[in-house]
Amino acid sequence: MNTASSPPPSAAALIDGILDQLNAVVFGKEGAVRLALTCLLARGHLLVEDLPGVGKTTLAHALARTLGLRFQRIQFTSDLLPADILGLSMYNAGAQCFEFHPGPIFSQVILADEINRATPKSQSALLEAMEEQQVTVEGTTRPLPDPFFVIATQNPQEQIGTFPLPESQLDRFLMRIHLGYPDHAAERALLQGRDRRELLEDLSPRITETQLGDLQRDVLRVHVSEALLDYLQALIAHTRAPGRYQTGFSPRAGLALMRAAQARALVDHRDHVRPGDVQAVLPAVGGHRLRPVEAPTLPAAEVIQALVEAVPVP
Amino acid sequence: MSAPFPEDRLPPHALPALAAALFIALAPHGWHQPPWVLSLAALALGWRLLVQTGRAPAPGRWLLGGLTLAATGLVLARYGTLAGRDPGVALLVLMTGLKFLETRRFRDAMLVVFLGYFVVITNFFYSQEIPLALYMVLAVFATTAALVRLNAGDGGQPWGESLRLAGLLLAQALPLMVILFFLFPRIPGPLWSMPEEDQAATTGLSDHMRPGSVSRLLQSEAPAFRVTFAGEMPGAAQRYWRGPVFWAYDGRTWRAGAVPPALPANPPQADTLEHTVSLEPHGQRWLLAMDVPVSAPRDARLTDDGYLVSRERVRQVTRYSVRSHPGAALEPLLSGARRRAALDLPGDAAPRARTLARAWRQVHGDDDAAVVQAALGHFRQAPFIYTLSPPPLPRDAVDQFLFETRAGFCEHYAGAFTVLMRAAGIPARVVTGYQGGTFNQTGDYLLVRQSDAHAWTEVWLRGRGWTRVDPTGAVAPERIESGVGAAFSGDATVPAFLRRGGDWFGDLRLQLGLWRDSLNYYWNGWVLAFGPERQRELLARLGLDGADWRALVGLMTVATGLVLTLFAGLFLWRNRLPVKDPLGRLQARFDRRLARLGLPRPPHEPLPDFARRVGRERPDLAGPVTGFAEEYTRLRYGPRPDPARFARLRGHLRGVPGRGRVLYRRILHAQWR
Repeated sequence: MNTASSPPPSAAALIDGILDQLNAVVFGKEGAVRLALTCLLARGHLLVEDLPGVGKTTLAHALARTLGLRFQRIQFTSDLLPADILGLSMYNAGAQCFEFHPGPIFSQVILADEINRATPKSQSALLEAMEEQQVTVEGTTRPLPDPFFVIATQNPQEQIGTFPLPESQLDRFLMRIHLGYPDHAAERALLQGRDRRELLEDLSPRITETQLGDLQRDVLRVHVSEALLDYLQALIAHTRAPGRYQTGFSPRAGLALMRAAQARALVDHRDHVRPGDVQAVLPAVGGHRLRPVEAPTLPAAEVIQALVEAVPVP
Repeated sequence: MSAPFPEDRLPPHALPALAAALFIALAPHGWHQPPWVLSLAALALGWRLLVQTGRAPAPGRWLLGGLTLAATGLVLARYGTLAGRDPGVALLVLMTGLKFLETRRFRDAMLVVFLGYFVVITNFFYSQEIPLALYMVLAVFATTAALVRLNAGDGGQPWGESLRLAGLLLAQALPLMVILFFLFPRIPGPLWSMPEEDQAATTGLSDHMRPGSVSRLLQSEAPAFRVTFAGEMPGAAQRYWRGPVFWAYDGRTWRAGAVPPALPANPPQADTLEHTVSLEPHGQRWLLAMDVPVSAPRDARLTDDGYLVSRERVRQVTRYSVRSHPGAALEPLLSGARRRAALDLPGDAAPRARTLARAWRQVHGDDDAAVVQAALGHFRQAPFIYTLSPPPLPRDAVDQFLFETRAGFCEHYAGAFTVLMRAAGIPARVVTGYQGGTFNQTGDYLLVRQSDAHAWTEVWLRGRGWTRVDPTGAVAPERIESGVGAAFSGDATVPAFLRRGGDWFGDLRLQLGLWRDSLNYYWNGWVLAFGPERQRELLARLGLDGADWRALVGLMTVATGLVLTLFAGLFLWRNRLPVKDPLGRLQARFDRRLARLGLPRPPHEPLPDFARRVGRERPDLAGPVTGFAEEYTRLRYGPRPDPARFARLRGHLRGVPGRGRVLYRRILHAQWR
């Protein structure tokens, strides 16, 4: 609308190009795609909670290819060991020394499928890597590539033989989203269209690693006004009032909310954050962090809706 | 009538509260109704509550009809009529219970609430004392709490919240109540009155006097009236309170009799004593005043016998101001007919008294005053006893009292003295009333109790007119100087409250009694007897002399308006928006305008989202609303605020129709929603 307040056109064009390509592969999920990209630009990790077969892998794969990133998928099972994720040192008889064989985690986009099937020990190996963006194996600390983006999935309906992530672990995901079934038109397009796998093969990167790094830095420069900080703090304070939620937003959650809102503003081609951005990312950012004291089983969407309605925008 | 409420469903949690409130309001009727009335009403309340919890079947229409008829029949069987206070109240109590029993919908429950308020009023048919009034405040509070719960919606409400809201409502109503009570134009006389039957129990002087008729009042601690003096209060010996005067004697009982009117005389003018009396209801028409009243208050007249008679029977606390002239010469000229009436004695009554009187007459010739003194001397010297429990006088009462028992109370002395005077040829009559009174320091008034009832004699002396002679004073001067209690200090048959023992407990009791009495005095003066007179007094004190009803209505309107404005201001202040910057003020104006157009913005909705919504609903407003939302959001949240944007923001706001244009459009295009 107004060039004076928009980011450099290149950023807007890049983002639109990425979104267009993703939406051409992942049908009818514009909202989820936009959130996933927002999450990645905010340097956060994504938890997708949904049934098998709704396109989680396709989303992760498409994202990796479009951004030109190396992609690895780890299928979590109950017998998965930490070494299966991180890698291990093996004796190289020829060189007469131990040689480190990096695990699948040494990749830029990781799809951690059905994360709640693994034992807590294996889960925490991944989660620690996510948090610190480095891996320590046998006393040697090895940095993980940058950017580093984890998309974990879990099936909320299967309970037997699973180890649901505790709240402290959930907090490490910037967002938790649901994909859901495609709508009628998307389903039809899906049934008529080409094979997903072929489509993915044809995807070419729309952005360089440098450009991605620039975009991630642009997020930090999106303007956050005093009025918006007032609004953020009012939201945070509301979650911390005694008797409402089992735990309020932690400072990390508050920071995550602000980053996500900044990234959202950037994805929407704006140089400043508005309350609408906060409200748009709040279900994904806050939904897995709040549990009402009086109705612990209330759907997250309703919990967030009540929170939004309780705090006036400045 | 169509239901004024979208949902006429009864909120179930309101019923127990309503039943409790009704029971509180109905309970005092248990004292003056047969026990079955309240019991049946309570049964109906309980039944409905059992229906609510599913433990009893709801009564059908036929059963309810039968119960209504049966209740009416029971009241008819008990009272023989449905009219009047007691049958009416019995019917109301029963019907209130039955109405609660058939409560199915919200509308029914509201009706029951208003019945509850009406039941509260009916309690005042029986008593208007402070304790009942306090209890009724509780009943109104409970009923209001039930009303609050009834309107709390299906979700219910914590009890504390209902009570708090009800208290708040009543507290807010209080200033309005005070204004309306004091300023609503008062009309003379009661708005409604109770039939005669209900006045039987009031105590006070009676319309005749015979041995025992005054001394029975001595048992009563109840106040007869209270007096404040405009000037100095006269001494105890002067405090004679004049009531009915009796001329006719039949050998045992004194009555008013049929006496011809007095000759006209100029009313005495000099040296009057102004005082205000607050008279307790006694069911008769006379008004007590200090001996001798010379002016009559409104709605009363001064009789030829020098006492005040009201136009109506005194059925409620009555307040009046009156002037008296303690030394006035009443009726300086006595007509022949009245003279004969004042000398009349039944032919065979009191032969020994007549002999005694004739003896005095022979000694003193035609000097009437000397004969009076001789008679008083006789009472002083002979061994007469002043007592509350005189021996019975079965035969000729006067002779037996004068010459045998010589023990009696004031009515014995006044009666016998009058007989002696008439026998001696001096016109004489009996005056009843009260004598003395207790000064209440707390309230600065004189309390006269029923136990201060008294009777004395008036003799007519040439040149002086009717002159008060009190033979009791000759026998027991302390009765006149210090009250009944002093006269009986050693007598165990005298009620304890009259005795002066001097122990600290007695003193404390006396003091507490005086405090309580002054409370009653203010209650009487400012609540029960607050009529047109008192209202004028109050207004005069406020500097509004001679305000008529128009001025009152004006004053009432202004005062009510002030209170409402105060409440409104308080409400606005407490709900005020936080102090805003210019941008915030513009946003508030924008919100107000759109709210008036029927498009309120919830406070949590960001303006751009709101503008999109408005654009869909009212495309005609889309331009300015979207423009305002975008400019506002950029100014508020964007970097580097641009002053030019502020001007554009105002421009967009002008594009949103304001109040005037909204009204104008609505009228022109009848765009009522």
